[in-house]
Amino acid sequence: MTHYKRFTRRLQLGFGVATILVVTLFPFYWMIVTSFKPNQELYSVEANPLFVVSPVWDHFVYLFTKTLFVDWMRNSAIVAVVATLFSLFAATLAGYALARLRFPGANVLGWAIFVTYLIPPTLLFLPLTQLIFQIHMGNSLIGLIFVYPTFLIPFSTWLLIGYFRSIPIDLEECAMIDGATRMRAFLSVTLPLALPGLLSVGIFSFTLSWNEFLYALAFISDPTIKTIPIGVTSELVRGDVFFWGELMAGALLGSIPVAVIYSFFVDYFVAGLTAGAVKG
Amino acid sequence: MTATPIGESMMPSKPGIIARWRGLLEREDVLGSLFVVPALLNLLAFIAYPFFFGLWLSLTDARIGVPGSFVGLRNFTDLATDSIFQQTVANTFTYTGVAVVFKFSFGMIIALILNRDFPLQRLVRAAVLLPWIVPTVLSTIAWRWMFDSTFSVFNWMLAHVGIQGPIWLGDNHWPMISLIMVNIWRGMPFFGISFLAGMQTISLDYYEAAQIDGASFWQQFRFITLPLLRPVIMVVLLLSTILTFADFQLIWVLTRGGPANSTHMFATLAYQVGLASAQIGRGASISLFMFPILSVIVFLTIWSLRQGD
Repeated sequence: MTHYKRFTRRLQLGFGVATILVVTLFPFYWMIVTSFKPNQELYSVEANPLFVVSPVWDHFVYLFTKTLFVDWMRNSAIVAVVATLFSLFAATLAGYALARLRFPGANVLGWAIFVTYLIPPTLLFLPLTQLIFQIHMGNSLIGLIFVYPTFLIPFSTWLLIGYFRSIPIDLEECAMIDGATRMRAFLSVTLPLALPGLLSVGIFSFTLSWNEFLYALAFISDPTIKTIPIGVTSELVRGDVFFWGELMAGALLGSIPVAVIYSFFVDYFVAGLTAGAVKG
Repeated sequence: MTATPIGESMMPSKPGIIARWRGLLEREDVLGSLFVVPALLNLLAFIAYPFFFGLWLSLTDARIGVPGSFVGLRNFTDLATDSIFQQTVANTFTYTGVAVVFKFSFGMIIALILNRDFPLQRLVRAAVLLPWIVPTVLSTIAWRWMFDSTFSVFNWMLAHVGIQGPIWLGDNHWPMISLIMVNIWRGMPFFGISFLAGMQTISLDYYEAAQIDGASFWQQFRFITLPLLRPVIMVVLLLSTILTFADFQLIWVLTRGGPANSTHMFATLAYQVGLASAQIGRGASISLFMFPILSVIVFLTIWSLRQGD
């Protein structure tokens, strides 16, 4: 009896896990299958759409030779890396200051950063777009590099405040008693200990920048300086015609970098999730 | 705390400019203020200033490239009587309400399942988070292809069991249902994995004690898991509600607010009016409508978090 009961419970669990996997992964399977289908299979009403009979590289070749996909990839990488580095720099300093140092206005600033963290980009994108064009940063990667930190710095700072607080202050005090300046205590004692925190914040920031859509859509119209999300969704659709093979190939290639980075750092992601989640 | 700058006493007695700087940097208030400058400048220039600039724009009839003049609250009063805007308000509340409830429920089920022991557990957890991690517009374009009016894979499957599928992004309520489905798909991993992370911090002792007392699975869930998960639940609900309410990408890629403006949300309507039709003043007032509503959501969540403590 208990044997039977255990068996049915296992079956239920297996069924549950399988359902979850099918639901979450099916769209990705669909993306992959589509990107390898020759057009006669893609637009055939008779063929079984779930499988590909004779896979071809055509859509990928088209993407690399007939579109600006390589430029979009490069633009996305530049913007994501530079914006992430700048935000890390600003958020590390601010996070350390708010966690450790007493200075006038610290409390107000802490609150302001938390509130900013809760402001969705869609609230301010119109005046921001106007501003960016007024200061001649429209239609350039520079504009994105300056603006992406507005959503990266608040959550990075918020996460890093918590991280710095978890490092015992005694270590710094010892260093300072031994003659280190405050700056040196920060740079050579606390900062190295905060590296895992910086790493997870950095990965999060990179992913968010790579995925950003609205600002890039609003600021950039020149096809050569588009990032992947806007390049793929705007340049592979001509009028009402969707180039589905190329679209799915582009979507697949654009998703792979974040998926790979993420698969190496799943645990960091999960650890920072509830504290630093910014979309849902 | 005033640390004595011992290091300084070993320096030359003449207080050169470098030494004075060093002395200043030893002061908490100086170093602290200095450290927040980069973050503060960025946020002042690109959050605080645009906020007030947006308030001003919403009170003008500015168009892109044309400064426009002050019109008072006319944008807001015009909107209040505009049928597309009224539809937008209703859409946004429906979209947010329905999607968040489902994301919460499915997320909880996912967490409860993944919290059990089974082979390849780490791999499955990693896979479950994928919809949330990849660029939203790229996964959404795959959904758009799955909703295609002629080649929809869903309709192909439905046809095999003898059901005529709808035109997902065209018929009646189906566009809205499609949007909500995709939003749930994208958001539930975040709920699930966050809840799971929360569940794993709950001590097993509670469950053992409850089992000794003969508590059923539901009783354990209701009286142990749920109350102890409360802080995580509140944070996740807060973030998800805000971001679902202010969603743009998903709607833009799937329907662009169509057909016939029937699926607009605040953000997509603001984009369409403010940038696509160049009425930036009117557009700014549409997105500002979100502000009081979001403030109430944030306030309620923080208030109820405090109640729990």
